Amino acid sequence: MSIFSTKKSWINLTIWVLIIALIIAAPSVLPVFRLNLLGRYLSLAIVALGVDLIWGFTGMLSLGQGIFFALGGYCAAMFLQLNSAGEFPNGIPEFFGLYGVEKLPFFWEPFKSSIFTLISIWLLPAIIAGLLGYLVFRNRIKGVYFSILTQAALLVFFNFFNGQQKLINGTNGLKTDVTQLFGQMVGSEIMQRWFFWITAILVIFAWFFARWIVRDRFGNILIGIRDDEARVRFTGYNPVIFKTIIFSIAGGLAGVSGALYTVQSGIVSPQFMTVPFSIEMVIWVAVGGRGTLLGAILGAVLINYAKSLVSEALPASWMFIQGGLFILVVTALPEGVLGWIRTGGPKKLLFLIGINKKLETYPSLEVNEQGEVKS
Amino acid sequence: MNSPLLELKQISVSFEGFLALRDLDLALNQGELRAVIGPNGAGKTTFLDVITGKVAPTKGDVIFKEKSLLGQKEFRIARKGIGRKFQSPRIFENLSVQENLALSVSRPKTPFSLLINSLKVKHLDQIQHLMSIVNLQSKANIRAGSLSHGQKQWLEIAMLVGQDPDLLLVDEPVAGLTDEETDLTADLLKSLAGDHTVLVIDHDMEFIRRLDCPVSVLHQGHVLKEGSMSDIQKDPLVIEVYLGKSEEEEE
Repeated sequence: MSIFSTKKSWINLTIWVLIIALIIAAPSVLPVFRLNLLGRYLSLAIVALGVDLIWGFTGMLSLGQGIFFALGGYCAAMFLQLNSAGEFPNGIPEFFGLYGVEKLPFFWEPFKSSIFTLISIWLLPAIIAGLLGYLVFRNRIKGVYFSILTQAALLVFFNFFNGQQKLINGTNGLKTDVTQLFGQMVGSEIMQRWFFWITAILVIFAWFFARWIVRDRFGNILIGIRDDEARVRFTGYNPVIFKTIIFSIAGGLAGVSGALYTVQSGIVSPQFMTVPFSIEMVIWVAVGGRGTLLGAILGAVLINYAKSLVSEALPASWMFIQGGLFILVVTALPEGVLGWIRTGGPKKLLFLIGINKKLETYPSLEVNEQGEVKS
Repeated sequence: MNSPLLELKQISVSFEGFLALRDLDLALNQGELRAVIGPNGAGKTTFLDVITGKVAPTKGDVIFKEKSLLGQKEFRIARKGIGRKFQSPRIFENLSVQENLALSVSRPKTPFSLLINSLKVKHLDQIQHLMSIVNLQSKANIRAGSLSHGQKQWLEIAMLVGQDPDLLLVDEPVAGLTDEETDLTADLLKSLAGDHTVLVIDHDMEFIRRLDCPVSVLHQGHVLKEGSMSDIQKDPLVIEVYLGKSEEEEE
């Protein structure tokens, strides 16, 4: 790997400089509507990092990350609703009145505390992911069965949240944009600018965290589990524990992501737990570059930005473009865009279309007149 | 004398009525080098599966260091000091040679320790030492998947040794190797015996002869005969089930 490391770090450095320049410049350049969109997509990058950890590194394709994403969103929304419920009858959020609920359901109570909320946003999804993961991994369920199971779990959560009007406003979800925080409306411009900064910092923080996890032997065990789980076992490691930990971490990241996305889009609803949305998360990572953390971030931000631009111009065509993109990546760039760049893809492409004649190959050997290699 | 390091007592394994192992008895002493041969389907690999916890025996008991291994998880058995090399080389292809070995020498093998602690100097030295044993120092940072077949076999053996096991189970270490590599592997395994107990399974008679050690012949899930290579070759029963056939094929 060492021969690539200098080139790889060059590419990384360039991309990081671009990202940081973008983040710093964005608030003064973009109108608040665009800034808000960028903030949302940056928050999606955090859930993509989690998908990359469990899928790109550990080889477990989860189609249920929407569960943990939505849980984080609900935690944040419940707090915000309670925080601004003072003026409503009984001091509970307004929607309860529609269903004749007069007493706050018990599980809402702790969300009156901001500290509890800030912890539960990541801890609650992490615990649920850990429990679910442990049961699944202990029974050695993997591959396609794991994917199907996570999708089934997603449907269970979706149906539960969708049907419980009296507990969490069911299919309507919980609005956050008209709630109050620090005496400001959450949907106001000044708050949205703050959320953008918080998101940008947390994306970078999440990247460092994920990087720290995968950079040494822990990450190597994850790759080992992906490539040959039996060898990991016979080397004396318990794969169940490693898989549970990484799945739990991905759940926690999804929760943070969901909370940031919720406050910036103004609502959390069971729509966060639909099947297509969780599959989209996988697509971001596949396109950006499985097993490259930066690729997950780029994939999430760029695909979503492209989505909003295309949807504004050609409303009906985005699904086709996204599907086509996925097929293109799977067939032509199996390691994603970033993986392709890192393995010298652009050079090969230039060579193929005849612009660049030089292709890196073995150094040519000096030959004497008899055609023998000179020593 | 001490009790044996590993003892299989009356092991039977049945896969839906088919008896892969039948009342198998085998004992290995500390520091011993032992070869196990047998025709295809004799139960050689199943027998390793039983020791390492991959397959639960239908009947019988496996005793290692005077304790039963039955019902233990594979990784716990590995930590107790049993290393296993698979038939085809199984290494972590996407990691470098050095990273492969680092995973094998790390202690303790818990997630927390891997995340927080850096590799100890003594383990770094051990990695260097292991690479020098199998001649891979120059490949330390090369992706293991790009090694040659023989180098992969050796890397896997080095990974086993890195686990510091009392017992090494080596399944067909010379399959697909050149004659020269085969000889080097035989010498390597012989040098490992003594400090470790080594059990080698193979087909290659020339290789087994070179190991110069006691041989157990497995046939239809049962130990047919134990003894030195020259005794084995004279035994009419063994010739009938195994050697006779293979010698004819060689001619």
